[in-house]
This record gives sequence, structure tokens and C-alpha cells, in this order.
Amino acid sequence: MLDKTTILMLLEGTGATLYMTLVSTLFGYVLGLPMGVVLAVTDREGIRPNKAVYKVLDFITNVIRSVPFLILLILVIPLTKAIVGKSYGSSATIVPLVIAAAPFIARMVESSLKEVDKGVVEAAQSMGAGVFTIIWKVLLAEARTSLLVGVTIAVGTILGYSAMAGTVGGGGLGDIAVRYGYYRYQSDIMIVTIVILVVLVQILQGLGMMLSKKLDRRAK
Amino acid sequence: MEAFIRVENLCKTFYSKNGQVEAVKDISFEIGKGDIFGIIGLSGAGKSTLVRCLNLLEKPSSGKIYVGGRSLTDLSERELRGARRNIGMIFQHFNLLMQRNVIDNVCFPLEIAGVKRSVARKRAMELLETVGLAEKAKAYPAQLSGGQKQRVAIARVLAANPEILLCDEATSALDPQTTKSILALLKEINQKYGITIVVITHEMAVVQEICSHVAVLEHGRLEETGTVEELFRSPRTEAAKRLVLKGSAHIKAMEGSRRIRVTFSGHSAFEPIIGNITLEYGTPVNILYADTKTINGNAEGEMILQLPSSEEIADKMVQYLKDKNLGVEEVEDYVG
Repeated sequence: MLDKTTILMLLEGTGATLYMTLVSTLFGYVLGLPMGVVLAVTDREGIRPNKAVYKVLDFITNVIRSVPFLILLILVIPLTKAIVGKSYGSSATIVPLVIAAAPFIARMVESSLKEVDKGVVEAAQSMGAGVFTIIWKVLLAEARTSLLVGVTIAVGTILGYSAMAGTVGGGGLGDIAVRYGYYRYQSDIMIVTIVILVVLVQILQGLGMMLSKKLDRRAK
Repeated sequence: MEAFIRVENLCKTFYSKNGQVEAVKDISFEIGKGDIFGIIGLSGAGKSTLVRCLNLLEKPSSGKIYVGGRSLTDLSERELRGARRNIGMIFQHFNLLMQRNVIDNVCFPLEIAGVKRSVARKRAMELLETVGLAEKAKAYPAQLSGGQKQRVAIARVLAANPEILLCDEATSALDPQTTKSILALLKEINQKYGITIVVITHEMAVVQEICSHVAVLEHGRLEETGTVEELFRSPRTEAAKRLVLKGSAHIKAMEGSRRIRVTFSGHSAFEPIIGNITLEYGTPVNILYADTKTINGNAEGEMILQLPSSEEIADKMVQYLKDKNLGVEEVEDYVG
């Protein structure tokens, strides 16, 4: 069953899945982190409340998050084509993955930053710290453990989404599972891909949690 | 004396869905340079809001605040940030950065001010020496006790070299022993650096321990201001009386008895006054409570006496005590 070509294919699939997941997480944060920061800062209880900005961002994140990923995948095909040049394969999948992940990441960042003790923010304000100093040195720095837990959750979720993209030619392990397990009734290969996915999630989750714990200075 | 901090007609109203709350109502007072000024009141009296208005963490609804002759309420955002570096603040819950170690916490205001890292660290180390925590420089706040955390907060606030230090219930989360040591440190800072200190507290003991002047706050209103000795000897308002007597005995109201509170300073305590009035009027008085307190380093005594039921004798006794220059006031319906 597991001949050389199959193993090679599975390895390639694992590589493609990791590539999609990690690159999408990275770009997801490039978009989602600033969004989350702006949401936390402009909130009514934030350091620079701004109803209009908050409402607009709040609305956008909610709308995108309400669209099922599979639908989003198809909806953004024109955009994907414009950016990547084609609508199938691992690189193409990154576009909808980023669009789906960014608002989700923004929400997690927002909630992490809101967990930061208001008193510490107040102390920084009393020292004459400006908005950017507070964001950088107080909010993001104090929330780093919670932010890292968020990254771990984001990676796991995006990995799941990437497997879903396999059904429409997205490449990676999900693609293999669908092609072999569903269309060719080779459930053994499907099971192997699932095992690999489970192991991947376990490793990424464990790594993320270890890192966030290691960097937490609160409990000793 | 020229006032260093001047508050004029300060009002702060909070608006919420459930209506409005007037936390601070038309308050005016002055604080002299180098004073340790206490603001005392029960919780909900508006002390925290008031102190937050002093560095504009809360924007006053109306009124003016002058520091060194400059109106804080008229500053631009940028100027205000600069002005705040001159007004340090410490808090009940310390508010240290939990993800930074002690020395980096102390460096924080210097980072904000753009001081070079090497210079900042050197200054931070000196300040940690001052507060007695040099050996904890590399520890994280989570590893420290409450008193140690407040010392770090004090070192941090001193780093920016402020002229004013606001203390918002800075000892309320600490045990009595630690409270004493933190208050001693504040007093030392006041004398060493000439920093004007504003202390917010609900404890009369804190005011008596370190403050030179005091303002009594109740329901958002300023009830009375004066020196701590004045407040202790002759509180004028009901709110002040309640606070002063709270530190005294727990005496149940006794029917038909007239009670007075007598205060005396250390040097007038030589004469056996109680013995003398008893002899003079041939009727004994009952001492319900007596205590000596140290206020600003001077011994101040207080007693609560139960006078004889004869109005005539009681009046004479009160007059006698007043003639001896003792503080005398009636205690009514006081239940501790």
C-alpha cells in the first residue's frame, strides 16, 4: 500500500499543507494584527475610543466571518486569479485562507489586548506615554502570552481550512484525502493523511503552548 | 505662600445609561510646594476621581487645575504628556508591567522620555538602592510581595524625577506593618527630593502618620481642609468628625449621658486635669476612651469622657477644660 510514490506524494502533500498553513498564518497576522489593535484601541473602553472606526471594522470582520469558508473560497476566485495568476494549487489557496483568517485573527488579538490590566495602561498614561508607546510596550508586550496562544489556535484553524480547500483543488493533504479516500475509495491513504494531519496539529499546538508558557513571566 | 497645585471649581460628572453621577462637585483647594496633602473620604466619596483629575487621567467636566501656575486643562495633548512626566502616580494595585523584570519596570518612564538605555539602567539601579530592592533587579513582579511591588512602583515613579507624586490608596492593599514602611519611604522621599505628595486614603491613620494637610471629602463635596492637627483637635464638619472618631473608641450610645471628646497636645499633658476637675466639682467623670497618637511627629492625646448627669456641673467642667486650652467637643449619638 505505501509504496515509494505514495510516500513521496504524502510527503509532498505534508509540505504543501505546512506551506499553506504557515504562509497564510503569517499574512493573516499581517492583516489581522493591525485590525485587532485598532479594534481594541478604538473600542469604547480603549485608549483612543472612536465609534465610527470601531463600527466599520467590527462590521467588516463580522461579515467576513459569517461567510462559510467553502463559499468564500469560490467567491474570491477572481481576486485569487488576479494575485496568483491561477485559481488552483497551494499558492492560490493562500489568498482565501488569508481573507478568512484575518478577521478571525483580528478578533483574537482584540480580546487578548482587552485582557491587559487597565491599571497598567493607566500607569503608562500617567507617565506621559503616547498611544503608540502604549500599544507597543504595554498592550502587545503584556498580552504576549495570550497572543501566542491565539497564534496557536489560528494555526490549527487555518490548517483545518487548508484541508477543506483540498476539495476544490487546493493541494496539500486535504486534496490527497479527498482524491484517494473519496473518489478512489482508497480509505487506507485517507486514514494515513488524517493521521498526519492529527500529528501536525499536535506538534504545532504543543510548540505554541510551550513557547507561550516559556515566555510568561507572571507565574513563578 | 504661593500655592503649587491649585484646583478651582472642579466638577466631574459621569454619564451612563442609568443616568448621571456627580463624582466631584465644585471642589476648590490649594496645595503648597513640598506638602504631603491627604485627601480622605469613605469609598464612593470621589477621592479617586479627584486625584485622577489632577493629572487629567479623567477629564474634568468643568473647572481648572493649575500646577506651578500653568493651567493643565488648557494644554494640548502633546504638552499634557510632557506635563504628566512631572506628576508621578502610584496605585493601590501597583500596576507594574508583569512581563518585565524589576529594573526594566523602573526604566519604563525613562524609555518613554527617550533616555539612553545605559543611562536609564544606571539611574534605575540607583533608585532601586533608594527603595532597598537592588538585589531584586532581575526578578519579575510576580515573584515579589505586595510591599516590594509598591517599592518598585515608587522607584519607577521617581525615575522621571517628578515634582509631584499622587498616591491612590497606595497602602490599602498592604498589611499594617508594610503600610508603615511604605509611608516611611514616602516621607523620606518627600524630605529628600522635596516632592509634593498627594495621598488618597480612607484611613485616618495614614493621614495622621504622614500628612501635613488634609482635605475631607464626602459625597463628591469638599467638607473641610486644614492642617492635620486642626482636623484632629477640632473637626468642624460632621464628615470630619465621623472620620476622626472612627479611629477612636467603639462606644455605644448611653442613655442620658453627656459625652465630650477632649484633645490635648503632648506639652499640655503634664497637669492631672481629670483628677483636678473631679476634686474641683466633687463629682467623678468617667473615662470611656483614651489614646495617644503621633501626628507629624508630635504626640496628640484624645479622651472621651462621660460627664455627670447634672447639667450645671457638666457645663462648668466643659468650661474648665476650655480654659485650660484643651480641645473640647460634644460627642453626639456616636456609635463606633
